[in-house]
Amino acid sequence: MTNELESLRSEVMDAAAAAADLGALESVRVGALGKKGSITALFKGLGGLEPEQRKLQGEALNRVKDEVAAAIEARQSELADAELEARLARERVDVSLPPRPTRLGRLHPISRTVEEMIAIFGEMGFSVATGPHIEDDFHNFTALNIHEEHPARQEMDTFYLPENAEGQRMVLRTHTSPVQIRTMQAVEPPIRIIVPGRTFRADYDATHTPMFHQLEGLVVDETTHMGHLKGTLVEFCRAIFGVEDLPVRFRASYFPFTEPSAEVDIGCSRAGGELKIGAGDDWLEILGSGMVHPKVLENCGIDSSRYQGYAFGMGIERIAMLKYGIPDLRTFYEADIRWLRHYGFVPLAEPSMVRGL
Amino acid sequence: MKFTLSWLKRHLETDRPLDEIATTLSMIGLEVESIEDRAKALAPFTVAFVKEARQHPNAERLRVCIVDTGKEEVQVVCGAPNARTGMKGVFAPVGATIPGTDLLLKAGKIRGEASNGMLVSEREMGLSDEHEGIIELPEDAEVGQPFAATMGLDDPVIDLGITPNRGDCLGVHGIARDLAAAGLGRLKAPEYLGDAAAVPGVFDSPRRWLRDLPEGLGAACPYVAGRSFRKVKNGPSPRWLQDRLQAIGLRPISALVDITNFVTMDLGRPLHVFDAAKLKGDLTMRMAREGEEILALDGKTYALDPEMVIIADEVAPQGIGGVMGGELSGVTEETSEVFLEVALFDPLRVARTGRRLGIHSDARYRFERGVDPLSAEWGCEVAARLVAELCGGEASGVVSAGALPDWRREIALRGTRVQSLAGIEIALPEQRRILEDLGFGVTEEPERLLCQVPAWRPDIEGEACLVEEVARIHGYDHLPSVPTSLDGHLPASAISTLERRQALARTALAWRGLDEAVTWSFVSSRDATLFGGVLDELKLINPISSDLDVMRPAILACLIPAAARNVDRGFPDVGLFEVGPQYRDDTPKGQDEVAAGLRTGLAAPRHWSAQSQAVDAFDAKADALAVLEACEAPVGNLQVTTDAPAWYHPGQSGVLRLGPNVLAHFGVLHPGVCGRLGLKGPAAGFEVFLERLPVPKAKGGKAKPMLKLSAFQPVVRDFAFLMDADVPAEKAQRAARGAEKALIAEVQVFDAYQGKGIDEGKKSLALAVTLQPVEHTLTDAELEAVSGKIVAAVEKATGGTLRG
Repeated sequence: MTNELESLRSEVMDAAAAAADLGALESVRVGALGKKGSITALFKGLGGLEPEQRKLQGEALNRVKDEVAAAIEARQSELADAELEARLARERVDVSLPPRPTRLGRLHPISRTVEEMIAIFGEMGFSVATGPHIEDDFHNFTALNIHEEHPARQEMDTFYLPENAEGQRMVLRTHTSPVQIRTMQAVEPPIRIIVPGRTFRADYDATHTPMFHQLEGLVVDETTHMGHLKGTLVEFCRAIFGVEDLPVRFRASYFPFTEPSAEVDIGCSRAGGELKIGAGDDWLEILGSGMVHPKVLENCGIDSSRYQGYAFGMGIERIAMLKYGIPDLRTFYEADIRWLRHYGFVPLAEPSMVRGL
Repeated sequence: MKFTLSWLKRHLETDRPLDEIATTLSMIGLEVESIEDRAKALAPFTVAFVKEARQHPNAERLRVCIVDTGKEEVQVVCGAPNARTGMKGVFAPVGATIPGTDLLLKAGKIRGEASNGMLVSEREMGLSDEHEGIIELPEDAEVGQPFAATMGLDDPVIDLGITPNRGDCLGVHGIARDLAAAGLGRLKAPEYLGDAAAVPGVFDSPRRWLRDLPEGLGAACPYVAGRSFRKVKNGPSPRWLQDRLQAIGLRPISALVDITNFVTMDLGRPLHVFDAAKLKGDLTMRMAREGEEILALDGKTYALDPEMVIIADEVAPQGIGGVMGGELSGVTEETSEVFLEVALFDPLRVARTGRRLGIHSDARYRFERGVDPLSAEWGCEVAARLVAELCGGEASGVVSAGALPDWRREIALRGTRVQSLAGIEIALPEQRRILEDLGFGVTEEPERLLCQVPAWRPDIEGEACLVEEVARIHGYDHLPSVPTSLDGHLPASAISTLERRQALARTALAWRGLDEAVTWSFVSSRDATLFGGVLDELKLINPISSDLDVMRPAILACLIPAAARNVDRGFPDVGLFEVGPQYRDDTPKGQDEVAAGLRTGLAAPRHWSAQSQAVDAFDAKADALAVLEACEAPVGNLQVTTDAPAWYHPGQSGVLRLGPNVLAHFGVLHPGVCGRLGLKGPAAGFEVFLERLPVPKAKGGKAKPMLKLSAFQPVVRDFAFLMDADVPAEKAQRAARGAEKALIAEVQVFDAYQGKGIDEGKKSLALAVTLQPVEHTLTDAELEAVSGKIVAAVEKATGGTLRG
């Protein structure tokens, strides 16, 4: 009996080891341990034995059964692993193929630059104001102290619209300054606004386009003076160009709507024909500014003996061109996708002072 | 405003270098636009002595010259008739570039004779048109020296951009005054200026000045003065004067004309001289009469109108007041009797007249910016002095008409005002010093300076102007840099809801793969008609071109041509958007902020794992919905209607709306419109009206409603319906959703089919309905009940039937 059991055991063990796949192994398992299995059948014969004999034989049988079961299980996991290996090998793909296409579009340098400016001035407590592009004479000129025959008005190359039903000849705003007027008419000081937006002048050559963008600033309260103007613009210039020690120079100038007036230059160098923003031997004019002319305040119903403030304005394209090295103004409006994808910005991180511009 | 350094130095005693003068000019508001140093360009050209000039053996008109350049003797072949032995001329060595012709000079042989350089003419040196002969230098010119220095051409030319307020700096003297105040030297009056320069009249002027201006128009020409001159000789002006004028680009004409130009540039005082022999009777300042015209000094005839002031004799107009003199009474070399005009005009009227006639003259430029009223008096003396000096003859006494306007004004400058407005501490005595150097009379009063504004500064209107004068001369470099403080508060949001939406729309569309464009606010009126046209009030009177002559009624009117340009360049798959304005009328409310975009070509590029598909209405719909969702519009409540405007494909476009409020258009763009705009192939576009989105309620803060999670798994049931092909899917979807609101979480359309197996005119629409039990897992009976409701609702709404 022991020899018989032993040979059965090795027979089943060999069969399990030889099983080529999980199906064959299952047949081996059923053949040995199933209801009608060879080992199961031996258990049935135990009943006819002497108690002493039955115990011995039972122990031997159980040991063989456990061994066989363990062997089959081991073989099973071996076969399963092999099968998975084989499947994975079959499933190999060429991972050098390109993924399914998704593409991020790009944001235009103008909107990016405006966002950067808002981020900087926003930190200083300015909020954004806007106004219509089609303006009346009062807001675009008269209230800003630019009378009809003013040479400054003649130099502005204004676009005119025909006389409308009210007998008014509207213009396309030549600067963002009319929004100063609209704001001062609408709210009481203190005022602290910036005004980004489209502006229009009838001029078209290498350095002028009939439409361009400006950003205007206005502060009106009881104490703000030209030193605040300088402080604000120095901070702004250094932040937008990311040059900590950027030299900023104020130069006397004239605008009809400010008194005193100043133009603002930043330092640069042109060594080797390459323009570099920063400390250097040359200057670049980038914005106009000044203290709001008392007449302008009065034109908006603000008491100029009590209130004062500053205003400034700059070309957004000019800042973008300088900051991002864009050589040609006219290309901004051509919507050439090669240009947009080259000079544009991924729409991922909104500009903020905290995260860096 | 151009002048030379030596010219400036006749008004300013200074030892400062040019660089410092230039920087100071720019800093005090007289911006240097350029400095031209002609000596640099002329450096290679030197004084040479013609040792011998003999006839060329092979050419009748040429001469062979042996030239002593100071360094060596050189043989040069020269064609000038005035080349002769013993003269001094200007030598151009081999290797130099001739300024007048821009040619590089090479050694060579001319008709067999060696020529190693050139003797040059004024034209070749870029000095004038003179090319009759070569330049002849004075006998004492030193051989070998740069000829520029010898001829006084080593005088740097400074060009300033004078701002419109500074009429007083349209003369060299005014510029010198500002520089002196800024500490760069001492202002000095040239010998022809000042009381000592007065020329007594030796006879009574035979001619008078008259004013004949209508009531109320006296200010058009408040004052005119003049004198008569006789026995003058009007030859060429002296070299110093010609050099000055040439240096700044003016052509010397004759002594009398050159004097008027010189005084204009030197003192900012325009003058005019008439040939008295050509005048009939007295001269009158009057308004032009309808139909009058004048042949002006520029050789053109101008029609005058009654708004213009003219100078007329008894017969005809002889000058346009403040703008230009007449040709017929102008002086010539034969002129011996002269009548002088020194007038004052209303700046606005001069500007208008000049603009109407299209005349840009040095006189107009000064009169419209404000001429010193006192110059009408001293101008007579300066002119007389210079005429006497340059042309001889005799001067009459002064005749005049009208009265000098009262120019005197006093403005107080509070002692604290420079500090409180400009932010700079400047001691009061220094403030006073600056103002006095600028010509202000200053009286010190308690806590303020009372300032008498000089006649030549009409731009000084109030205290702020005085602050500017003091601050700019003291120097803006002294401005303190004071931060704009936030008063200890964190800044509030800088942008409005609309601006936030614009930014969100940009981000959403870029995420969807579209590139942001910025295009003109104008389009051609022809293109505008494709988008419903524009009101007359939106048509520009002076467009930059006929392609850009009206305000755009739709952004797509710009984007479609932009896409076409890209396609034509070989990029067929274009995705562009713009967030910007379009215009309905000319009122402040007639401008809409719109996010618009389009796609052409393939929706996604061809790819190994996917079927490529041309763009269609659903790409555009997804773009529009992405914008709306980014802007937190109630996307779930939107209705779709099929009434998109005419620039869309009528059968493949829609409108997203909340009741009557249209939030967006989307769809395939009308092929006819695209074709007219040059875009071949299909394109899908959209327009989202950012201002029409409902504004989120400000009340109740930003808290979101409580999240309620169900403990039970959702169940999905599919239904397919057969219905008429033209029933909108949205109708079925909406009906299904409404069948049992508490239980139905979502309804998706997962199939829409027409074709084989379905009757003509019908379609099969399959819905996947997600049921979300809240209280317990649904029993079979409950599932049956809700399914029944869904089927009934959809069948009722669509007229369709459940497919078995």
